[in-house]
Amino acid sequence: MMEDAATSRQASWFQATARQRVEGLLDPNSFTEFLPPSERVRSPHLQLFDLPSAFDDGVVIGRGALDGKPVLVAAQEGQFMGGTFAEVSGAKLVGLLRATRDHKELPQTVLLLLDSGGVRLQEANAGELAVAELMRAIVQARCAGVAVIALVGGKAGAFGGAGLTTATCSRVIISEQGRIGVSGPEVIETNKGLEEFDSQDKALVWSTDGGKNRRLIGGADAFAEDSMQGFRAATKSLMAKAPAFNLETMQAEHERLAARQERLGACDDAVSMWRVLGIKEPEAIRDMDSKSFGVLANSIKEANHDAR
Amino acid sequence: MVASGNLEVLLERVLPDAACEVNIATPLSGFDETWKAVVTEFVEQASPGGLLISINDGGARPDTVYLRLIQGSALMEEK
Repeated sequence: MMEDAATSRQASWFQATARQRVEGLLDPNSFTEFLPPSERVRSPHLQLFDLPSAFDDGVVIGRGALDGKPVLVAAQEGQFMGGTFAEVSGAKLVGLLRATRDHKELPQTVLLLLDSGGVRLQEANAGELAVAELMRAIVQARCAGVAVIALVGGKAGAFGGAGLTTATCSRVIISEQGRIGVSGPEVIETNKGLEEFDSQDKALVWSTDGGKNRRLIGGADAFAEDSMQGFRAATKSLMAKAPAFNLETMQAEHERLAARQERLGACDDAVSMWRVLGIKEPEAIRDMDSKSFGVLANSIKEANHDAR
Repeated sequence: MVASGNLEVLLERVLPDAACEVNIATPLSGFDETWKAVVTEFVEQASPGGLLISINDGGARPDTVYLRLIQGSALMEEK
């Protein structure tokens, strides 16, 4: 496929393309793609706008193995139209989840390599529908016993529909470079003003939406080093123990979120939240390396739970 | 397939050995001569007989297109 350096276990997840991530994450030569580029399943809309299309519409789906265990995989290409949800790319994601829901002979673990700013504006209605259908398909698959794990660490982050999607997954893995949110920083600034959120203040943006904060306040279950190996190791550890999805799980999640709101609701930035969580030197978090941070995050009670 | 942020190149070995076809989809007009020059140079350098090459262009520079074509045909040689 691509040059080896970009898919080696040490290669950066953040810098990689969707295809490189799939290759770097899974066992060597284990991946079989569904609807590969040669099928040319493309967006029927982009040419109306004189925009280039992609032979896979920016989403790679298929099956493979991780540490010898069978998995289904979907990867969004964040560098094509912002990794956006659209008619074809959305149908590929939804179809994969529905297939694993309905066919027990398929792998019952789905890895979603999210990298998206949300809905593709040129196909907005189809994109919004795709997000809704995907969330429903994930919930139905989980009800049928499938584990759905989100991996977030790409350049586009996981915003809009991708951010909502993470909240429906069994487990979420994030790296320091990963970001999860619903409205992106620019959207918040435009609608609520500079005083509410300064999208140019990178330190503010990354400490709020970024992987370390998401991990500490319980929005992600595992923190991965920014490498193929980092995400592979985190996925391996979570694949073994995806939680049950039932009424008790949902009630526990609602209680957790209510408690989080009560505990952290008055904080006006990430550092003050980290202080409330009992971290002695919250200012030091930003510069902490992945390994030390992972150990610290595992010791914070708020970050470990079986709900969601 | 090789891809850049603004360029996608799909290579398939589906043609007779003496043929090579290059299909280019680009939203930009007025660069026919540039495309011809890049493809001609590539065909002379790489002798890509048998390859059907499909390009989705989003405004990539000619040198990037050339590099990706060379990389792609080298990858096809390895297989």
